[in-house]
Amino acid sequence: MQDTRSYTAFRVVNGLAIILICAATLYPFLNIIAQAFSSEGYINSGQVSIIPRGFNITTFDVVMSDSMFWRNYANTVIYTVVATAIAMVLTTSFAYALSKRHLKGRGFFIGVAVFTMFFNGGLIPNYVLINALGMTNTMWAIVLPNAISIFNLLVMKAFFENFSTELEEAAQIDGLSTYGVLWRIVIPLSKAVIATMVLFYAVSFWNAWFQAFLYLDRRELYPVTVYLRNLLAGATGTEQMGGEAAEATQIASNVRAVTMLLTTLPIICLYPFLQKYFVRGIMLGSVKQ
Amino acid sequence: MTTIQSGPGTLPGRGAAEAAVVDDLVSEPRRGSRRRSLYAGTNNTNTWRYALKKDWRLYSLLVLPLVFLLIFRYLPMAGNVIAFRRFRPGSSIFGDEWVGFHYIEMFINDPTFWRVFWNTVILGGLTLAICFPLPIILALMFNELRSNAFKRVAQSISYLPHFMSIVIVAGIVLQLTSLNGTFNQILGLFGAESVAFMQQPQWFRTIYVSSEVWQTVGWGTILYLAALTTIDPQLYEAARIDGANRWKQMWHVTLPGIAPTMVVLLILNVGTFMAVGFEKVLLLYNPLIYSTADIIATYVYRVGITSSNFSYATAIGLFEAIIGLILILSANGIARKMGGNSLW
Repeated sequence: MQDTRSYTAFRVVNGLAIILICAATLYPFLNIIAQAFSSEGYINSGQVSIIPRGFNITTFDVVMSDSMFWRNYANTVIYTVVATAIAMVLTTSFAYALSKRHLKGRGFFIGVAVFTMFFNGGLIPNYVLINALGMTNTMWAIVLPNAISIFNLLVMKAFFENFSTELEEAAQIDGLSTYGVLWRIVIPLSKAVIATMVLFYAVSFWNAWFQAFLYLDRRELYPVTVYLRNLLAGATGTEQMGGEAAEATQIASNVRAVTMLLTTLPIICLYPFLQKYFVRGIMLGSVKQ
Repeated sequence: MTTIQSGPGTLPGRGAAEAAVVDDLVSEPRRGSRRRSLYAGTNNTNTWRYALKKDWRLYSLLVLPLVFLLIFRYLPMAGNVIAFRRFRPGSSIFGDEWVGFHYIEMFINDPTFWRVFWNTVILGGLTLAICFPLPIILALMFNELRSNAFKRVAQSISYLPHFMSIVIVAGIVLQLTSLNGTFNQILGLFGAESVAFMQQPQWFRTIYVSSEVWQTVGWGTILYLAALTTIDPQLYEAARIDGANRWKQMWHVTLPGIAPTMVVLLILNVGTFMAVGFEKVLLLYNPLIYSTADIIATYVYRVGITSSNFSYATAIGLFEAIIGLILILSANGIARKMGGNSLW
């Protein structure tokens, strides 16, 4: 069918609108990158938008020579790896058991898990619990309390439910136990969903800050997100004072941009490759086959 | 709900993405029970003893995850009892002695509580009204694109903010709104005076909701786009033969096609209505703008963690969580009565 003229006009407007939306989405990132490479003077006078002015990379040296920054960066890597490993073990075994439709009590166990999506203990009881467990100022306060994401659990469960039962039964007849089937048959054949889950968990642990902010008091334990948060909080604090503090603040605005850039760099670099997994992963769980 | 699990548990998209998965799962138990009744009475394979003996390896896989849920999810729920008991730091996590509704009365008579309550309702309402329809519109716009390459690139860009840490997002917001930031540069072009956005209460809601739109709308389209692919192309064919133009096709085929997804996401959005982005507010606000920025969750944080008034803060948090639960239950009930599409 030939497009009517008004529909053609609509498509052009639609395309332009989407380009505009994309530009607006990207702008804040470009602004940060431009600031990271600009000299302080140009940022102060509000001349930096998306093109660096007074190009310099000395701020990178300033940020990178702070040993605490690197220490916190390393902490983030450690927390992310440990937390993701724990989360994957718990989520995979839970999802696999729940995916077996014949399992007695399955509905109840699913209910127990799903209820926590709608109701939770709240900030203070959680805080009191973590303190009572003696996890304050340890890595465990970061890596344990969020080890199972119910959303990820449901995505994995949906994937396992669609797994070929014939294959599992054949393996069982050949003498593999439930553990053997899971470890040697199901997991090797579920690389797509496992990769997706690892990515989901890793990104969320990489990005997390509040647990660490709440439960860690010692600077050398902070993840880099808390380092950045303190940088931001310090800067806004001085901004209110004005006057002599102004100079310190504006140096910080350059440092801030560089720190933000470095903190988020792994995600920005990996994003083009990860993105299709994320999208496929969420589709796996949401569209019923 | 005062949540401290912004991590893996809750996606930043206000829980939106969970929808379809939940939808998938909640019909399960019924199917199971039907099967059970089929076998019941014919033999004794339906006892727990038989199940445990046959499937003990599967049950063993459940042990650690259930212990996890018990300790880190259900124990804190039980810990809410300190809203009705006096808690002293260092004592049992369930408090020392009963004080009845003392802390409940305390917040009902607390003017600050009512200020933060209304701030939460307004911020939650604005976010719901603006962040719920926009992904639908954007998904429909993506759907009209003919070039697949352009569509892919545009989608990738729109998802990007979803993967940023909330700390980065807050940092970006603070940069853009600072005195030498982009917004003031634009004002400068028009010869207007610079505005200290983060020091003026009247700007906070706009800034908060805009940043929420920026961060969540692209990712929000993903489930609608998935739903759009499941619409039968023959329906469009039929509509065209009946003389429907593009606009009418959208109205009578596309929108009904994604309506179930819309309902499920709306229920979840209503349920998280009170759980306004606590972490983002905590990162953005400052005492100068408490009058519009302070919400229940941040008040709980200050009363509880900063001032160590644990029982009082728990009472407020519990109140908020119960409102959230009631909202999601009633939204689900209404949806089920009206059209059969509901979470459970």
